[in-house]
Amino acid sequence: MIAAARCVVYRDLLLAMRRRSDVATALLFFVIVVSLFPLGIGAEPNLLRSIAPGVIWVAALLSSMLSLGRLFASDYADGTLEQILLGAAPLGVVVAAKSLAHWLVSGMPLVLIAPVLALQYDLPAPLYGTLALSLLLGTPVLSLIGAIGAALTLGLRGGGVLLSLLVLPLYVPVLILGAGSVDMAAAGLAPDGQYLLLAALLVVAAAFAPWAIAAALRVSME
Amino acid sequence: MLEAADLECERGGRSLFRGLSFTLSGGELLRIAGPNGSGKTSLLRILCGLLSPTAGEVRWKGSPAQALKEEYARQLVYLGHAPAVKDDLTAAENLSIACSLAGLPASEDAVREALERYKLPGGEIPLRRLSQGQRRRAALARLLLSESVPLWLLDEPFAALDASAARLTEELIARHVARGAAVVYTTHQEANIGAGVPRVVELG
Repeated sequence: MIAAARCVVYRDLLLAMRRRSDVATALLFFVIVVSLFPLGIGAEPNLLRSIAPGVIWVAALLSSMLSLGRLFASDYADGTLEQILLGAAPLGVVVAAKSLAHWLVSGMPLVLIAPVLALQYDLPAPLYGTLALSLLLGTPVLSLIGAIGAALTLGLRGGGVLLSLLVLPLYVPVLILGAGSVDMAAAGLAPDGQYLLLAALLVVAAAFAPWAIAAALRVSME
Repeated sequence: MLEAADLECERGGRSLFRGLSFTLSGGELLRIAGPNGSGKTSLLRILCGLLSPTAGEVRWKGSPAQALKEEYARQLVYLGHAPAVKDDLTAAENLSIACSLAGLPASEDAVREALERYKLPGGEIPLRRLSQGQRRRAALARLLLSESVPLWLLDEPFAALDASAARLTEELIARHVARGAAVVYTTHQEANIGAGVPRVVELG
C-alpha cells in the first residue's frame, strides 16, 4: 500500500518534471495576479497593507484551481486512470497520493514564494511567517477539495468552468481562515485560533476527501 | 474461476446485450466477437469491474467481483483500447510504474528483458517520439511481467501490431493458457493462438 502511494507520488512528480512549463504557468499566474494589484492601486502603503492578505489568498485559490484540471484529465485521456483504478492498493490511498503530489507541485511553491511577493505590499516582517504558515496549512486543503471537484467533472464537456463553479464556494472557509490569520497578526493578536481551525480542516479533509475522490472517480469512469 | 451471470449492459439508452452468461475456468481461452459497437469493450470493462452491469453480476471463484474490489483487481490484468502509457515517460519507466501499481514485482533486469522481447528501444527516449505501434508494444510488454496473474482481459491486443509482435503476443497468450490461466480477448483479426480453438462469445 505504501509502495503504491510512493510510486504514484514519484510518477506524478516525474511527469511534472518532464512538463515543467505546466507547473510554471500556475506559479507565474500567482506571481502576476499578486503583482497586478499594487500596480493598479498605486503606492498607498496603508491600503496595500490592509488588502495584502486577501489578495494573496485569493490569488492562491485561483492558481491552485488552475492546475486542478490536469490532475486527472491527462490520465483519463491516455487510459492510465483505468489502470490506477484497477491497481492493487485501495483507490483512496492512491488518490491521496495523487493529491499530495499535486500539492507538492502547485501548492508548496506558493508557500515559498508568497513572502517574497508580500514585499510589494510593505507587510511588516513578522507577518511573512504568518502568511507562509497559513498557506502551508491551507493549500493542502485546497488540493484535496479541488481533487473531488476534478474527479466529479472528469470527462464532461466544459468541465473547466463547471469545476471552478463547483470548487470555489467550497474554498471559502479556507480563504476566510487563511486571510483572517494574517489580519489577526497584523492587528497584533496571536492567530493561534485560525491556525488550529485550518489544521482541523486539513485533518478532516485528509481523512474524508480521499474516499470522496475515489467514489467520484468510479462514477466518472463508468 | 470467472463467471458471468445474466449480464445486461445498457449504454446511452440502448441495450447492448442482455442475459449473457458464461463461465470460464483455468486454462481456457475466450474470444469475444461481434461487429463494431456491439459491446465488446463494454463487456470487458464489466468483467474487470470498471463498469457495473445494468443487471447481473460477475463472480470470481464464487464471490461477487464488486465486493472483492482490490482483491479481484490483483487477480487480473486488463489492457484496454488506449495503450495506457504516459507519453512523457520512457518505456522502461512506464512499465515499472504500471507493475508497481498493479502490485507486481518488476526488477530493472526483468523490465529491460521484457522491453527487449518486444523490440523497444532502450535508453531515455520518451514514448512521445515513438510510433503508435511501439506504444502499443510498450503496453503489451506488461504481459511478460504478469505471468503470475490468473486472468488476462485484453481488448484488441493485436491492433496496430506488426507481424512479429502479433506473433509474440499470440505466443504469450498461448503459454499463459497452457499454464492454467484464463484469457479473454477481443479481436477483429484472425489470430492464430496455438492453444487450440478458443471458445467464442458472439455479441450483437
